[in-house]
Amino acid sequence: MQNVRELMIKKAGEMLSSGEVYGVLAWERGDFACDQTPALFTSPESLSRLAYDEFTAPMLSKYLINEAKKPNEGKKVMVFLKPCDTYNFGHLLSEHKVERDRVYAVGVACSGIFSREKTLLEKCLACKGMEFHHCDEVIGGEGKITWDKLDRFAGVEMIESMTPSERFEFWRGELSRCIRCNACRNVCPVCSCVKCVFDNPGSGVMSKSNADEFEENMFHIIRAFHVAGRCTDCGECSRVCPRNIPLHLLNRKFIKDVNALFGPYQAGASLDDASPLTSYSVNDPEPGYKDKAKGGERVA
Amino acid sequence: MTKIGVFVCWCGSNIAATVDVDAVSEAIKAAPGVVFATNYQYMCSEGGQAAIRSAVAEHGLTGVVVCSCSPRMHEATFRKAAAGAGVNPYMVEIANIREQCSWIHKDKAEATAKAIALARAAVAKLNLDRPLTAPETPVTKRALVIGGGIAGIQTALDVADAGYEVDVVEKSPTIGGKMAMLDKTFPTLDCAACILTPKMVDAAAHEKITLYTYSEVEKVSGFVGNFTVDIKKRARSVSVDRCTGCGVCSEKCPSKRAKSEFDQGLRERSAIYIPFAQAIPNVPVIDRDTCLKFQTGKCGLCEKVCPSHAVDYSQEDEVITKQYGAIVAATGFKPIGLERFDEYAYSRSPDVVTSLEFERLCNAAGPTKGHLVRPSDGKEPKTVVFVQCVGSREASGIGAMKGKPYCSKICCMYTAKHAMLLREKYPDSEAYVFYIDVRTPGKNFDEFYRRAAEEYGVHYIKGMVGKVCDEGNGRLTVRASDLIENRQLLIDADMVVLAAAVEPDPSARALATLLTASMDTNDFFTEAHPKLRPVESPTAGVFLSGMCQGPKDIPDTVAQAGAAAAKVIGLLSKDRLVGNPCVASCDETLCNGCSACERVCPYGAISYETKTVVDRGAKDERRVASVNEALCQGCGACTVTCPSGAMDLRGFTGRQIMAEVDAICR
Amino acid sequence: MPVESAFQPKIAAFCCNWCSYAGADLAGSSRLSYPADVKIIRVPCSCRVNPLFILRAFQRGADGVIICGCHPGDCHYTSGNYFARRRAALLFSMLDYLGVESGRTRVEWVSAAEGQKFAATMNDFAKTVASLGKCRRIGDLRCRTSES
Repeated sequence: MQNVRELMIKKAGEMLSSGEVYGVLAWERGDFACDQTPALFTSPESLSRLAYDEFTAPMLSKYLINEAKKPNEGKKVMVFLKPCDTYNFGHLLSEHKVERDRVYAVGVACSGIFSREKTLLEKCLACKGMEFHHCDEVIGGEGKITWDKLDRFAGVEMIESMTPSERFEFWRGELSRCIRCNACRNVCPVCSCVKCVFDNPGSGVMSKSNADEFEENMFHIIRAFHVAGRCTDCGECSRVCPRNIPLHLLNRKFIKDVNALFGPYQAGASLDDASPLTSYSVNDPEPGYKDKAKGGERVA
Repeated sequence: MTKIGVFVCWCGSNIAATVDVDAVSEAIKAAPGVVFATNYQYMCSEGGQAAIRSAVAEHGLTGVVVCSCSPRMHEATFRKAAAGAGVNPYMVEIANIREQCSWIHKDKAEATAKAIALARAAVAKLNLDRPLTAPETPVTKRALVIGGGIAGIQTALDVADAGYEVDVVEKSPTIGGKMAMLDKTFPTLDCAACILTPKMVDAAAHEKITLYTYSEVEKVSGFVGNFTVDIKKRARSVSVDRCTGCGVCSEKCPSKRAKSEFDQGLRERSAIYIPFAQAIPNVPVIDRDTCLKFQTGKCGLCEKVCPSHAVDYSQEDEVITKQYGAIVAATGFKPIGLERFDEYAYSRSPDVVTSLEFERLCNAAGPTKGHLVRPSDGKEPKTVVFVQCVGSREASGIGAMKGKPYCSKICCMYTAKHAMLLREKYPDSEAYVFYIDVRTPGKNFDEFYRRAAEEYGVHYIKGMVGKVCDEGNGRLTVRASDLIENRQLLIDADMVVLAAAVEPDPSARALATLLTASMDTNDFFTEAHPKLRPVESPTAGVFLSGMCQGPKDIPDTVAQAGAAAAKVIGLLSKDRLVGNPCVASCDETLCNGCSACERVCPYGAISYETKTVVDRGAKDERRVASVNEALCQGCGACTVTCPSGAMDLRGFTGRQIMAEVDAICR
Repeated sequence: MPVESAFQPKIAAFCCNWCSYAGADLAGSSRLSYPADVKIIRVPCSCRVNPLFILRAFQRGADGVIICGCHPGDCHYTSGNYFARRRAALLFSMLDYLGVESGRTRVEWVSAAEGQKFAATMNDFAKTVASLGKCRRIGDLRCRTSES
């Protein structure tokens, strides 16, 4: 990692000195221990502050939406992308949120990210792979998964195996903790609408606080459906949730269903693929494929 | 705030017997926005419409709810009545309290409660309605037909006969298409040229028709009624105005090594050539790839011998831009390439030919002057094996597809025709036809096939040919199975004729992109509705004629060409097009520019542009969607795909439908 | 009254204008009854049904939601019901995952000629939803008015 950091500083320094890029999106030490925070470096001198280690969790691709748009004499912005962030980058490109020719994308090797408690993050336990997509170059090469990988969909399957009542109780328990801080939305690279429906009085679903049961019932379902077929499963929502709500279990449910019903799909991997909800096949399965007749379980 | 009047119809006793109409009109007075409510025996009658008019005048209504039969029945009636009373016709909502209430419920209290709920939902929706104006656009009274085969010619003639100008764009040097290559036509066995060439002459002579041969459509913009099209006229190197079609140039041309496209490569042609004797225009074209003048700079013989000084080597491609009200795709088909069907020895033996090559070999104007002989040695064939469904009806899912999943529709009939022609020419010959099924639906078609099998003694064998071997001594060995007799066959043949599947002309794919017209997985153009709108493309103003829409024989093609012409005439006969105002619209301040809506729009009505968006004083330059209201049909697919809620559907806005949901769930 | 109980489930039925709404009209003109608490919302196409509408219906007290559209391949707009089918498959599966029983949601393709099928579908769906009882899961009690 130390070596990768030095290579990153060297490359960033070259790019800034040559004037090829106006700034470098990377990380610096945050306010707390084991907490690296995103930062924009605009001079070679400032790069000594650049940090990259096994606690460097935040994804940078979302910052490109604004950075790559700034005029800056048409110069590019350089960004460091971890393997899972390259899918986010791909997604942003496919939705025209970032112009490819305004970005110099550098993949950086990852060997798993740890929480402050020194445990591997859930999203890393279920790592999607170490390959890079859409990058101009890669520093440190492809990493290796050295730990026992978790099945990405094990958590979803566990909930699916419950009765409807149990499922409801499970989710009420989880979602009722929501304080509506919007961290999950704000960190999400897919949730980058110019104006969120939850902030828009005309949308009919605007709500800004947890004044009613809306969170438990609506906010997270709507958010999950909005990113359905677009979520890259980067796991940032669950990581940043201050109430430790396992939001990835909502997103992964959609991903699992998409894979099972419409064929395997990884958002952000390819720029050409039509996404599952903007395409169709005449042979798609009918909704309620599981068992329409059964009708679930009666509520007491 | 909308001032709403509610009118509850009794529909005689149809509604009033089950629904307490007084209770409904009384209860609905409490709904927000309602300033007047009444009930009347027959709202659709003149008396009922007069009641609307007088209530509008008296109470200053700006919106009307009619609780009556299905909107499918009388929505138009009440919109017209409202418009007559000075209320915007799109400020009318119908609560369906007959089909959805009085006719299906028996309990009066229950039905009355439901009628009130439905009325409330209609009021809730109307409160969010905004006055709409149906858009009107002018119509350019000229049609463009792309493709000059029998389909394009027929459409052009029909449209032109109705008095409208038609331009025909054909990419090859002559019109006539595939039909011009045919010898005889089934089931009448009349000669193709005898029935086609008069039509070609008619098209060329018609004062309303302009032919652009050796030309291609390069760019299309605009929308129904107002298309702007760039047509590239490729350089012929011969002046169409001066040339008299005497043919001296082709005769003298020293470069005679190119394969004749028209004769399916069965003979050579000169570099300056007229595809066939009756070509229209009867003007040669210089194939610059094989012309010595263009390749080496030396020669120039044709220019010297031309008595009318028509040869012009300096000619360049020319792009002309014209306006059209309607566009007809008539791009036709071609037989599939048989490179991947090695088992039939097509590329190894000249005596294995496609059906279209067989047509040329039979044709009196063809490479053999109609003397049906083997291409290899010019001998008359005695035993000919016909193989049907070469590349048609292929089962999908087993490895990579070599052919096509569909039935090419014409092969059964033309193979029967070929076998009959052979037996007629050489009564001592043997004709074997291998088939999966013989499909002969069509007038006099089955009779025709039975004549081949019964009167002409053609051997029909159900089964597939496994392999054709070129034995090298002028003989072909055909290994096949007879599925009915359950035995293997070995036939010594002089010729093998392959009924290759048809596929859409390769130019269709690019054209579909230009027209934003959709295609199916086989690259046939998609119809607006597979049953009810078979000659219209989902893209308004674009029509389909002939094989580009799906496999067809000549009678079907001509019928469809006429139908497409009727649709074109219907469109061009209007001075202005009145559109549907209930279309999608994009709130640019919310649009992310993500392209999701564009991907789901079946009509290509959504495009993107980068522009400055001003939202409450803040300026931002970004990519946003815009809806072409002339193309949008109002399905609403985009509104649901849009993540930010920027897309909404007028007349069925998200807030309106939610208001209805709220009203019926309370 | 149905024998099971006095409970009448509230059902929101989204019907496309071209097929299913016409099918409902045919059920009406054929005098084929179905429960009065099935209420129809007319939409141009099944693809106009935003998942937000379905969530909203549950939030406001619906016990079941059904989407009806043209049969696949028969969509008036060619492809609308294919998109609707995908969205509904995902949303309904998600609702089931959150504890809203799959019996409370349904998609049915009803053509303009299928009045019989429309009525039968609504009767069957209402029966299924009734057997599941009141949907208390997503409904926000405070959104309901006290009247009626």
